[in-house]
Amino acid sequence: MSRALAPTLKAVLLLGAALLFAAASTSWAVAAERALKKASLIPLWSPQAQFAGYYTALDKGIYRQHGVDLTIISGGPNYPSSEYLRDGKTDFAVLWLTTAIQERAGGVPLVNLAQIVQQSSMMLVAKKSSGINTPADMNGKKVGLWGGPFAIPPHTFFKQHHLQVQEVPQSYTVNLFLRGGIDVASAMWYNEYHTLLNSGLDADELNVFLLKEHGINLPEDGLYALEETVRNDPALAEAFTRASLAGWAYAFAHPDEALDIVIKYMRAAKVPANRMHQKWMLERMRDLIAPQGTQEALGLLRQEDYEAARQILHKDGDIPAAPDFNAFVWRFDARR
Amino acid sequence: MRAGSSIAFKLILVITLCSACIFTVLLGYNYHRSRLLLQQELESNARNLALASVNRVETVLTAVARVTQSLSRSLENSRQSNEELLALLRATLADNLEIYGCGAAFEPRPSGPHARPFAPYFRREQGALVYKPEDSFQYLRQDWYQISRQMAATEWTEPYYDDAERGVLMATCSVPFYETTGDVRRLNGVAIADVSLEWLTDLVASIKVLKSGYAFLVSRNGAIVTHPDREMIMNETIFSLAEARNDPALRALGKKMIRGETGFIPYTDFKGVGSWLYYAPIPSVGWTLAVVFPEAELLAQIKTLSMIGVVMGGAGILLLAAAVSVIARSITTPLHTLAQATAAIARGDFEVELPPIRSRDEVGALANDFLTMKSSLKEYVKQLTETTAAKERIESELNIAHDIQMALLPKTFPPFPKRREFDLYAVMEPAKEVGGDFYDFFLVDDAHLCFVIADVSGKGVPAALFMAMSLTLIKATARYGLAPEDILFRVNNELAQDNDSCMFVTTFIGMLNTETGELVYANGGHNPPLLVQRGGGVSWLPASGNLMVGAMEETPYRREQLLLAPGDRLLLYTDGVTEAMNSAEAFFSDSRLARDLAVLHGGVQEVVCAIMENVRAFTGDAPQSDDITLLMIEYVGPQ
Repeated sequence: MSRALAPTLKAVLLLGAALLFAAASTSWAVAAERALKKASLIPLWSPQAQFAGYYTALDKGIYRQHGVDLTIISGGPNYPSSEYLRDGKTDFAVLWLTTAIQERAGGVPLVNLAQIVQQSSMMLVAKKSSGINTPADMNGKKVGLWGGPFAIPPHTFFKQHHLQVQEVPQSYTVNLFLRGGIDVASAMWYNEYHTLLNSGLDADELNVFLLKEHGINLPEDGLYALEETVRNDPALAEAFTRASLAGWAYAFAHPDEALDIVIKYMRAAKVPANRMHQKWMLERMRDLIAPQGTQEALGLLRQEDYEAARQILHKDGDIPAAPDFNAFVWRFDARR
Repeated sequence: MRAGSSIAFKLILVITLCSACIFTVLLGYNYHRSRLLLQQELESNARNLALASVNRVETVLTAVARVTQSLSRSLENSRQSNEELLALLRATLADNLEIYGCGAAFEPRPSGPHARPFAPYFRREQGALVYKPEDSFQYLRQDWYQISRQMAATEWTEPYYDDAERGVLMATCSVPFYETTGDVRRLNGVAIADVSLEWLTDLVASIKVLKSGYAFLVSRNGAIVTHPDREMIMNETIFSLAEARNDPALRALGKKMIRGETGFIPYTDFKGVGSWLYYAPIPSVGWTLAVVFPEAELLAQIKTLSMIGVVMGGAGILLLAAAVSVIARSITTPLHTLAQATAAIARGDFEVELPPIRSRDEVGALANDFLTMKSSLKEYVKQLTETTAAKERIESELNIAHDIQMALLPKTFPPFPKRREFDLYAVMEPAKEVGGDFYDFFLVDDAHLCFVIADVSGKGVPAALFMAMSLTLIKATARYGLAPEDILFRVNNELAQDNDSCMFVTTFIGMLNTETGELVYANGGHNPPLLVQRGGGVSWLPASGNLMVGAMEETPYRREQLLLAPGDRLLLYTDGVTEAMNSAEAFFSDSRLARDLAVLHGGVQEVVCAIMENVRAFTGDAPQSDDITLLMIEYVGPQ
């Protein structure tokens, strides 16, 4: 099988899976149609292709088919999803695995419904012109870091390579890096890296340190709910999760339509929308959510990934006690 | 005549094609030059327009930067109270209308007045100045705080919306300020001034270029800050456009722009319109102003002009073709009729009417010449016909004269079969139908044979007439039994009388006694005969020195005599033999005759015929110039 064909096949498989879900639950969905259950979701950030699956499922009526009348709360810097979930302002939230583990360790009774992004997409980027070609070259340099859980993977990286760097808080833009205010920037492969390319830096002008290639492969976006929510209405949690996964499958099978939908929601939220950027993001999300070569269903959190993350957090995140895997994960299909 | 080969067609084709070629080249060159000139003109206009606009933007931004810097200086090492600080900020904003918001953000300090987030800020809202302080340390992560702080310099942010709701598009000028305690100078905070980019959008939108040209502004990251297509503003960067269009050239252009370069390049507009683009940096913010000149509109005038040129040229060429056609027809129509008429003339029809041509050009002259030629030809043919008829008549008369002349000469050989004492053979071949030579022989009595050879001066009919007269006179006179010299004397007198035409005749007349072989003769200016003796010797009879006959009256002629031995022969000839010419104009000559005679054997007829053959062989194809006459007599001896 040629490499070019693989994503297509994957998309077909995913779509097939989505249709199977739909078929299996048709009678149930018809019944649910009569009484839609209201629910809400908050993504990690304002609308963008990082959340294409949810917006597509919403726009294509997949949530409604599953009996869920979903509201997606527009995220953003001023709307931290972990706070919303903790405070009960939302039923469901998109959180990083590390955030979720920290929250859980901090006493928030949340559970993982599905692990969407299977890999770490975080990277450290330096301009070749700055002479930073190896991790060791970062020693003593100014490195831009985001706050909270986003700082954990780079910290692990620095610790691994025994680096002392000057940490500089990094904003949501890459402008400080572009101006030369910092030597190394934090970047997501699906987002800031492409922003750099679209600010006039060529790929061959950059040295990229993908953290997953340095053994720091922390899965990122996952779907979470409070234990209470799941306990009260497991059917809703299941319907929501199934519909979300179906939304992703649909988005990967129809990327142009998914982009149209995402951009529509971005405009509605009045955030700058650049189609090429969103296209890049959707393609990368696909690489991260349904990596080539894996045959597993979407949304699975592997125990080894969880344990690896727990290890890193324990060592580098000052998390005293991380929850047990089985308590942390709530699988709608495992109950049957 | 085929249309493809007619003169008119060729003329029209060649002239039209040549004119079209010249016209096309001229038009093309003109278009090219005009375009080039327009481009040069355009570039300078574009530069002026862009630089003027850049200056306007730059003036405002520089002023804002100065205000911010001055604010920063006021905050440096300041011991102002919060009230004084707020008053300063408020006054700064109030005094500078181009500023949208103004504030100061302080570094967090574990202890001291700014242990808590402190970022007082005023901004304009519907004409009023509103106090809107930042109340969390969020600002520490903002570009407007961070970039200036890290760069330790006056910095402008990228354009951004003041809140998530895309309210006001603005850019912030930040200037860090410091606090010095002892030798330590440490950052205390950042002074900021926000500029709403509404006025900038308006300013750039007000740059009118022709009808459909426009200007747009690109930030130092390549983001589209202002553009007639509002969808692009802050959504697209020049690089994302390049990515979407898969256009590496556009990406290269973007890189040049963010490096702060200036340029004038051909450019395909975002809508696919062929254009020219002039771009120049706005130095204080590192943005780029680009002005788009739609090419089609620029070239519209030249195109219109060229189209008019094409239409006019096309019409001109058609007119030219028509004119050429008319002229060609005016030339070829008479030529055609002339050609038809002359074809009839060529067939011999001189009665055909030539077309009347009144034009005074070459064709007129040609027609006139044809007319003259026709009448001349007609006249000539008429004359020729007449002449031919006359010539034919004369020729037939001459033929008759020839027959008559030949009838005058005895042509029966042997002439006297019963006389064995002598043998004789003669031949005369005239150069024309009739000749002036003659010979004769007759028996005067039983014992005397008279023989004559003569050559009249001149040729043709006069000579023949004179010959006939001479022959008759000699024959008649000889009948009286006179001696040869007397015969010549009398004939001379007769001929010389009334000889207005001054003709004469050389005559040799001999009288042979057939019994004795005694020969008496007189030679009137004729070639001396050759004596061929029986033993084979050939010799000329001595020249007489007598005058030719008919030249002058009363001329005496001397008598000479000779005794022929049996077997001796005498050859008489006219100068037509010895002066016969070959094509190299050489004479047959006396010596040749004598030489030939010495080796010829046989009867007199055979010898004469052989000499005749030799002469003919000598002359070959050369025309016979004179009458040829030979007479040979052999004295056989008494019987």
